Order: sequence, then structure tokens, then C-alpha cells
Amino acid sequence: MDRIPILRMGDYLLVTIQVDMHDQLAMTLQDDLTTAVQRTGAKGVLIDISALEMVDSFIGRMIANLSRMARILDARTMVVGMRPAVAITLVELGLSLAGVDTALDVERGMRRLREAVEEAGGSIVDEG
Amino acid sequence: MSTKDDVLPLRTEHDVVLARQHVRRLTQQLGFGLVDQTKMVTAASELARNTLIYGKGGEVRWETLTEGSRRGLRLHFIDEGPGIPDLQQALTDGWTSGSGLGLGLSGAKRLVNDFDIETAPGRGTRVTVTRWK
Repeated sequence: MDRIPILRMGDYLLVTIQVDMHDQLAMTLQDDLTTAVQRTGAKGVLIDISALEMVDSFIGRMIANLSRMARILDARTMVVGMRPAVAITLVELGLSLAGVDTALDVERGMRRLREAVEEAGGSIVDEG
Repeated sequence: MSTKDDVLPLRTEHDVVLARQHVRRLTQQLGFGLVDQTKMVTAASELARNTLIYGKGGEVRWETLTEGSRRGLRLHFIDEGPGIPDLQQALTDGWTSGSGLGLGLSGAKRLVNDFDIETAPGRGTRVTVTRWK
């Protein structure tokens, strides 16, 4: 069965989507990633979509859902590498990806993800 | 005006992927810019999924168009499914009969230059979209 690999690096999970996903594959990724967040206790998820030539409403919804589900499981999600043509098309399609954190590339995304996770971790210590 | 006419089936999720890849190639052959390519491919993806899910499968036909000096691509998404009972409603942002976001038809319409839909309950649906270079 088709699956998109999920890499673990410390407290982070990394996913690079490099294939043109059919809908079931997108749903499988959503389930796999959510399960992986719970299983590993990951604090951050980085999704690289720089290879995606198109994001339609289905894939957009998958990304937005994934981000919300991970948040509920105490992990932050960062979507990186969206192509300009994809961003223009998404907005015209009517999909704003509200609530999804994005960065231009993997390096910036990883930096912002670390900051967000450290901030969140810090506040828990403060409360304790 | 039409110079070429062909067809692909839309019976499985994989067919939807093949259809949008084919639309990408067609827009490239026509010399569409990257944004125009992406808009047409995204519209095709939305409409192909509608044909598969709501139309219970069907096909996509295409024509490359030449009108004076400009070139374009016209796609027809055809199914013999249940049809759309309330077209006005189906074209409204956010309205969905299924589990989607309700952006399929209305969103696809915004991504193309011309949008036409013929449907009747029990008589299937035919959506025709055109994008010019």
C-alpha cells in the first residue's frame, strides 16, 4: 500500500510530500501523522510541500485538519515550501488555510517550529 | 475552432490524479504560464473529484482551442449520475451535499474564464470549463 514516509528527529516529525497524492493517500497521511504524534510524543511536525504542484480543496483540508489534530495532541505544525502559484490558486479557490502556520522553506520553518515549541514548553514550566 | 479532442475515464481516485497530470501537460503544451497552469489543474482536480464522488464516475473530455492569436483549453466533465437538484445552492460557497468543504464547484468556477453546467435530476451532470492563455 502507498504510504508517505514520516521521519523522526528528536521531538520533531518531518514529512516531505513528493508525490501527486490521490485522496486516499492524503487521508492515510493524516491518520499516520496523527498516530505518530501520539505514539512518539512529538512536539512539532514539519510538512514540506515544496514538491506539490497543486493543492486543491481536499489536500488543503487535509493539511488544515492535520494541523488542528496535532495541536489537540500538544504538537505544533509548520507547513513549508508552498509554491507561489499554489498559494495564488488556493486563495482564489477560497481556501485560506486559517490556523495553519507556514514558512517559506524548511530552514525557516524548523526555526519557527523550535521557537513555538520552546515557548509552549516554557509556559508549562512557569505554570508549574 | 477545435483542433484536438480526446477523453480519459474518471472511475477511481487514481484516474483523478491521471486526469490532472494530463491537464498539466496540455496547459504546458499550450504555453500557459505557471499560475494559469496551476489554476486550470486545480479546477480540473475539483471537478474530476465531483464527477467521481457525486456523479458516481464518468469521464473528462478536452479540446485545445485557437481563436485568432489566442489559445485555450476546454474541459468537459461528464457523468450520468443523479444530477444536481438545486444548482443555485450547489454553486454557493460552503454548501456541500457530502463531506467536502463545498468549494468544488464554486471554487473551480473562480479558477477558469468560462464555466458552464448542464444538469437535471436523474440525468447526470456536464460541467464545461475553459481557460485562455
